[in-house]
Amino acid sequence: MSSRAGVLTGQRVYRIHWLPGTDTLRGVCHCGAERVAEEPVELWQWLLAHPQGHRAAAVPAPGPARRPAVRA
Amino acid sequence: MAFARDQWYVAAYGSEVGRGLLARTVLGEPLVLYRTGAGAAVALADRCVHRRYPLSESRLDGDTIVCGYHGFTYDPTGACVFVPGQQRIPRTARVTSYPVVEQDSFIWVWIGDRDRADPATIPRAPWLADPGYAVVRGMAPLNARYGLLVDNLMDLSHETYLHGGYIGTPEVANTPITTEVDEDRGIVYVSRHMDDAECPPFYARSTGIQGRITRWQDIEYHPPCLYLLHSRIAPRGVHPPAEGEDSAAFHAEIVYAITPSTEHTTYDFWAVARDFAIDDESVSEYLHHSNHTVVMQDVTALNILEQVIAAEPDRYQELSINIDTGGLAARRLLARMVGSGTVGAAR
Repeated sequence: MSSRAGVLTGQRVYRIHWLPGTDTLRGVCHCGAERVAEEPVELWQWLLAHPQGHRAAAVPAPGPARRPAVRA
Repeated sequence: MAFARDQWYVAAYGSEVGRGLLARTVLGEPLVLYRTGAGAAVALADRCVHRRYPLSESRLDGDTIVCGYHGFTYDPTGACVFVPGQQRIPRTARVTSYPVVEQDSFIWVWIGDRDRADPATIPRAPWLADPGYAVVRGMAPLNARYGLLVDNLMDLSHETYLHGGYIGTPEVANTPITTEVDEDRGIVYVSRHMDDAECPPFYARSTGIQGRITRWQDIEYHPPCLYLLHSRIAPRGVHPPAEGEDSAAFHAEIVYAITPSTEHTTYDFWAVARDFAIDDESVSEYLHHSNHTVVMQDVTALNILEQVIAAEPDRYQELSINIDTGGLAARRLLARMVGSGTVGAAR
């Protein structure tokens, strides 16, 4: 499974990938914004704060994102 | 612990409901369940309006329940059609009737405002009533709040420690997960794909696979009640084809219905549907015995945990790590449902 792909296909899907071989989590918002963290509580708080702290990107993110974003 | 009302819950298996009277308490509401002569499932409040005697301790007369204490008699809509010794039936002589849907071998009941009950919103578990699958099932009463069972099922890393020798192997706890939440549909999805794993006895004996396996666990939780675990087992390195049937793998659809009974008790409905060895009764017996054992290992642990947590102050201290990512998502959706009474997200 690629880092941004998932199973759910809705318009507002939040994803958190636990990166293999690390303790790191990467959160991907439905707007395309991304962030890494070392524990899930902080990452959920950031994801669910959308759109606060989810900056617009110059390059559109792949997947179901409807708005371009960059890694926050 | 608060409940999510205005939701569908599994009250029983269809096979449990017949021409007798079955008592179940769902979200603190006592229900009596039975079938009419035509086969329709009925759920009524399990208290006679007269002196609160349980209707489940009474008897059926045709499609009506005759209260075992003074004879107040109720039809399947909950209307009282007879009271003893007088002709006039008080207008308030009625017990609540609950919307009921029988689907996928379950009896679903709607707890809440009946005008909001929409059967189309009931999540599906079609394998449980599909002749292409063999199903073993059971129900374990749990002396613990439902949230503990949700936590348990959303984080399967506990299989390695609590269910070793049955379904747990080291790879379950050691393999990273991907967690997804669909805000609009109110679904949590957790994937754990193990490419090279030890085959636990549960699958080695039921599939006949020798050696290591590719093991996928894909959880799909439809809060508050339905939990699905799509389990794919195949010889190591065997992945689904790009097109067509995944016929080289073994599939088990593991279904739980998590129904709060009271604040500190829960009905743990469990089922294992498989697409292999469906006519082999010895496999069914083995999987039933094994899964029952696993469920009871959880029941024992969660009953202990309930005792501990019930003695703790509110907002007791916890620590969440990576394995809890899905469980945290489930807790949030449940809290949202408790607050709003609906699945859809506040925008």
